[in-house]
Amino acid sequence: MTAESVLKSPKNLKRRKIMNSVMISLCIAAGFITIVPLIYIFFYTTQSGISSLNLDFFTQLPKPVGEEGGGMANAIVGSLILITIGGIIGIPVGVLSGIYISEYSKNVLSTIVKFITDILSGVPSIIIGIFAYGVIVIPMQRFSALAGGFALGILMIPTVAKITEEMLRLVPQSLREASLALGVSRWKTTLRVVLTTASSGIVTGILLAIARAAGETAPLLFTSFGNVYWQTNIDEPMAALPLQIFTYAISPFDDWHRQAWAGAFVLIFLVFIVNLLVRFVTRNKFSGNL
Amino acid sequence: MTEETEEIEDKEEIEISEESDKESKIAIQTIDLSVYFDERKGIENINMKVRKNRVTAIIGPSGCGKSTFLRSLNLMHDMTPKARVFGEIFIHGENITNYNSVDMRKKVGMVFQKPNPFPTMSVYDNVIAGLKLNGMTKKSILDEIVEKNLKHSGLWEEVKDRLKSPAVSLSGGQQQRLCIARTISVNPEIILMDEPTSALDPISTSKIEELIFNLKSDYTIVIVTHNMQQAARVSDQTAFFYLGNLIEFSKTRRMFTNPKEKLTEEYVTGKFG
Repeated sequence: MTAESVLKSPKNLKRRKIMNSVMISLCIAAGFITIVPLIYIFFYTTQSGISSLNLDFFTQLPKPVGEEGGGMANAIVGSLILITIGGIIGIPVGVLSGIYISEYSKNVLSTIVKFITDILSGVPSIIIGIFAYGVIVIPMQRFSALAGGFALGILMIPTVAKITEEMLRLVPQSLREASLALGVSRWKTTLRVVLTTASSGIVTGILLAIARAAGETAPLLFTSFGNVYWQTNIDEPMAALPLQIFTYAISPFDDWHRQAWAGAFVLIFLVFIVNLLVRFVTRNKFSGNL
Repeated sequence: MTEETEEIEDKEEIEISEESDKESKIAIQTIDLSVYFDERKGIENINMKVRKNRVTAIIGPSGCGKSTFLRSLNLMHDMTPKARVFGEIFIHGENITNYNSVDMRKKVGMVFQKPNPFPTMSVYDNVIAGLKLNGMTKKSILDEIVEKNLKHSGLWEEVKDRLKSPAVSLSGGQQQRLCIARTISVNPEIILMDEPTSALDPISTSKIEELIFNLKSDYTIVIVTHNMQQAARVSDQTAFFYLGNLIEFSKTRRMFTNPKEKLTEEYVTGKFG
């Protein structure tokens, strides 16, 4: 068949048009399958959670079984503390390893770092919990927020490192050269030119890592452990929203189920707020070039 | 090409007498400069003397080592792990191995092929980027430097009302002049230009060429160009590179009217390239 006859053939054209519509339909269907669970989770959580939400939920401690009311104030604060500790460990280590892999990636060590980062991102979070248990809980002889935060921090490292590396690689080489040609040292170039140019992408990566860490339950089970009392000392076991939700959801009490929904809603909302806040603080009027 | 040569004959200012040539100082001298990328030859045994306060053009077909030579002059090959540099480079008589690369690059600025202003910075911040990144923060001084250098690079009138807007909002030609302003604001002695107009339209190109001519009194300029007419228009001396070797290096006028080498003649008359 010559090229001309292919173009003219009405039969072939019809077949191609059908194929085209089939493929487009498949794409749209796949898109829906992606969106539906998210929307469903969001609405269902809001619907079930918001009705149990009241001021007490944010200000009160959990009540003993049988007593109505109570809240998750300790778990909300606990989650914030755990994420902060996790961030303090995970973000600098992640960003710096990302910089190392991307900017100084010409030796054996950085290849090893890159390889290990990739593997670390595939380690189940409960294993990371066990690791934190081994290196912090056992020597300290007790569960603590520190161990929980440490586990979350380790969990954040690969995500942050990977995205930092990818974003830095997107920065054109010509900008590095422009800076160096002005007599700016290598580390200042990396910090003030390369990192700044990639900052919006890196912030997105950090937020993603925070959001993931905020929702993690498994690594906290035997590190932070949970606590029904008020506790802000990072040396001690501390409540966390996902833990509290988990405990309440598997309980046989309707009241606790309602509170678990409220907790889930607050957790989603919290992540959302952190997202907005960080974006607002780190906004740059010239960013978005990448 | 005959038109071109006639034009050059007319330009009396390009003509430099032998005497003044001898008197003018050497800004850059290379001795047996070679650069290899892995085993591949970039340039080999380049011996060249670039005169102070002159514009030196480097011409040659693609891949002949023009940019490689230029980039070795401010140690840019340090950034390329595979590159190996041999031979010696003297800047104003001083061997560059005596400087650390950061200080050396303050003396030898560079303008790149594609305009590359810092996208996260404003026009204002771009001009003083080199100073600011090195810790200079005094606003009154910086204001002055911005105005002076933007005027020097002929951009002031066009951007004085939007110093705070993003540098990337300027046109390509304006961005390139901004990059030149950025380069001269750190007060270099030598400016290397790597095909600075190849991404620009003819009007922007002529503005840049005019600027190069004006900068000559304060700086030594080495310009790599694909465009032979440009070399003829802006430069005092021209070096012809071919396959990593320096074929001929002489006064621009002689180079385009009466080259010594057959290869040069064939190239400048457009027989290959």
